[in-house]
Amino acid sequence: MAEPSTTGLHAAWTFDPRPPRPDWGIALPAVKRLSTRGPIQPAPPPAEAVISLAHAQGIATPLVRPGDRVLTGQPLARDAQAAAHASVTGTVVAVESRPVPGSSHTPCVVVRREDPERFDPALRPVDPAVLTPAQIAAHISAGGIAGLGGALFPTGRKLRAGAPIRALIINGVECEPWISCDEMLLRERAAAVIRGTRIMMRALATEQAVIAVKVDMAEARVALHDALEADGSGSIGLAVVTARYPSGGERQLIELLTGEEVPAGGLPRDIGHVCQNVGTAAAVADLFDLGQPLISRIVTVTGGAIAAPGNFAVRIGTPIAALLAAAGGCRAEPARLIMGGPMMGIALADDALPVTRATNCVVAATAGELAPARLEMPCIRCGECVQACPAHLLPNELLGAVRRGDAAALDELGLAACIECGCCDHVCPSAIALTPRFVTARAAQRPPPGPGEDPS
Amino acid sequence: MNRPVTAAPHWRTPDSVPAIMRQVLYALLPAGACHVFFFGPGFAVNAVVAMLAALATEALALRWRGQPLRPFLGDGSALVSAVLLAFCLPPLTPWWITATGAAFAIGVAKHLYGGLGLNVFNPAMAGYALLLLFFPAWLTHWPPPRIGDLDYQALSTAQTLYYSLTGTLPGDLTLDAVTRATPLDLTKTRLGMMYTMDAIRTNPVFGDFGGAGWEWVGNFVTLGGGWLLYRGIIRWQVPAAMLAGLLLPALLLWLADADTHPSPLFQLWTGGTLLGAFFIATDPVSSPVTGRGRLLFGAGCGLITFVIRAWGSFPDGVAFAVLLMNAAVPLIDRHTRPPIYGHRRPHGG
Repeated sequence: MAEPSTTGLHAAWTFDPRPPRPDWGIALPAVKRLSTRGPIQPAPPPAEAVISLAHAQGIATPLVRPGDRVLTGQPLARDAQAAAHASVTGTVVAVESRPVPGSSHTPCVVVRREDPERFDPALRPVDPAVLTPAQIAAHISAGGIAGLGGALFPTGRKLRAGAPIRALIINGVECEPWISCDEMLLRERAAAVIRGTRIMMRALATEQAVIAVKVDMAEARVALHDALEADGSGSIGLAVVTARYPSGGERQLIELLTGEEVPAGGLPRDIGHVCQNVGTAAAVADLFDLGQPLISRIVTVTGGAIAAPGNFAVRIGTPIAALLAAAGGCRAEPARLIMGGPMMGIALADDALPVTRATNCVVAATAGELAPARLEMPCIRCGECVQACPAHLLPNELLGAVRRGDAAALDELGLAACIECGCCDHVCPSAIALTPRFVTARAAQRPPPGPGEDPS
Repeated sequence: MNRPVTAAPHWRTPDSVPAIMRQVLYALLPAGACHVFFFGPGFAVNAVVAMLAALATEALALRWRGQPLRPFLGDGSALVSAVLLAFCLPPLTPWWITATGAAFAIGVAKHLYGGLGLNVFNPAMAGYALLLLFFPAWLTHWPPPRIGDLDYQALSTAQTLYYSLTGTLPGDLTLDAVTRATPLDLTKTRLGMMYTMDAIRTNPVFGDFGGAGWEWVGNFVTLGGGWLLYRGIIRWQVPAAMLAGLLLPALLLWLADADTHPSPLFQLWTGGTLLGAFFIATDPVSSPVTGRGRLLFGAGCGLITFVIRAWGSFPDGVAFAVLLMNAAVPLIDRHTRPPIYGHRRPHGG
């Protein structure tokens, strides 16, 4: 078991490997099995890759112009926090705004693929042991790595801690039903996750890390356990948390593991913790071990309409239509196409949109799998939303404040603490669309972009 | 390809307001059947009259307020209020009294406050309280339970209907011949006449613990309440706190002097205790939304019930206790808000 770290301002911390069940959240049926039957398969590189330059802290500045020839892994854009790289070899055909999931106008670089594929010769493995923590963080920024849980918070930025860190928390909880990319990654590449964790620990100068998984991930736990034994250093622990959604939300996971809450308006590092997704850890390992920047990610393709659901290693920028084809296409016309999970995912109008670094899952759902549209009834104050809310808010009273347009009441009732997880909305017997109202009210309350939250 | 772009979450619980109300009605069925078994068909007559009056009032109120009829008339909430009111009324109640109570419950207590979800007071209890004030003498005609060696004449369905329609009994039947004082009534009046509890309990309307027949109605109410708890339609806090709020003081006084205080088991198995704890005080609209708030609310309902039974002028106090606590709900909600995530002082280390 992990030795508690005693560095810095924060007291030593010993984590509970099996935290108690929380008094919030909801039990959701697990439908991951649909996509965990086979191994992760490579999806073919797309004929045209549309590579978004956006991350949670801004837009990387383009380094290429239309007509430029680019090699796989070559930087297309860069800023101080992150970068974007060519995911295929070919010619830049456009540098322009394109629709991507969740946004109708995002600066993108469009690369038309040309065979044969050649990798950027500048890509080289790097030994993190010879780098300072700041150099490691800078290399990760230049490698284009941003929170792969879906928040796209630039990883390099998160690793420039400033304050001493008690422990690095590696989030493999993946509490959204349907999504299984993190679970499959842990099953197949637990050692890479641990290597990436170790590199990030070095960047944070912390001696302790915990990898958290969900209680129903038996195979992933075994794989992690074996890999941790092989690693043998003892400074990385394994925690198993409840399957109650949203146990994988950054703030909820920290509460489960530490019993502490991230202060309002603050960041996890304010209480001595940094959270990274397992996919991010594996991407860091690949960057240092293989010299490979973030040019692909694992995407779950699932839902009742998909012929062969599974997980795919997908080049960034691949059109979702091509990804669906890699999964055998649709055997039925999907009633809805969702990027992400059923609780927080974005419904897509169009399957021509590209996979971005934030795309963890594409659900092609049949009508029977989703809630049918229901008439909104008045709130009957049943209190189910209050029980479910992981931020301990009173969604029923927030609804009243939203309807009245009462900004002061929204403030007092703590709308800012809402993580938009959808629990209140999900349990509402009156079928009141609470979450969309809260999302809109939050957007009006404070100007974007805020620090990314990511309960996937 | 263009698909509906709906907002997250894309999953929703299958629970709905009509489904919840339907399950509450199902949960009341065993107790209703038991009521009919022990006290005759009067409960069924009252329930039908109350449901018809409640639906008619609901329809009129919705039309008057310009609201759509179909979703609200079909949500089942008026039917639940009507059946709960019928549980409070004696089996021998003239139809116009039942209908007045149901109409007041739905028309005034519910719709004047804004309709479904906005009523401050439990509609059924508001209707019942109005009837207690307007028609006190009419609400005392309880037939004794149809068990044991009670000397009384059981009324047939036709005779019950006759009474409900006309407010009089057919032929030479007198009310004295077909009704008896309830156990709670007897306890209150005879304790006032300096009888001891042991002497009072020799009356055959008493059963093993509470009232004869009443005990079984209570058992079936508990069965229905247990089903609602199991289904997650009600939560444990209100029933547990209400029973504790009533039974703990009853236990203390009974331990102090069992001659002049009914036992806690009598309190549990008589009157509206169990119905109040599982079906009335748990009405979501007129009770608090937080767990701590529900504990306070339930405890208050139980305690006030106890005080009214022990020292008040009404034999039972559940209805007034619930109404009084209903008025306190906004205050309770305000003072039991859980600490918002991130606003608690960090602890441990």
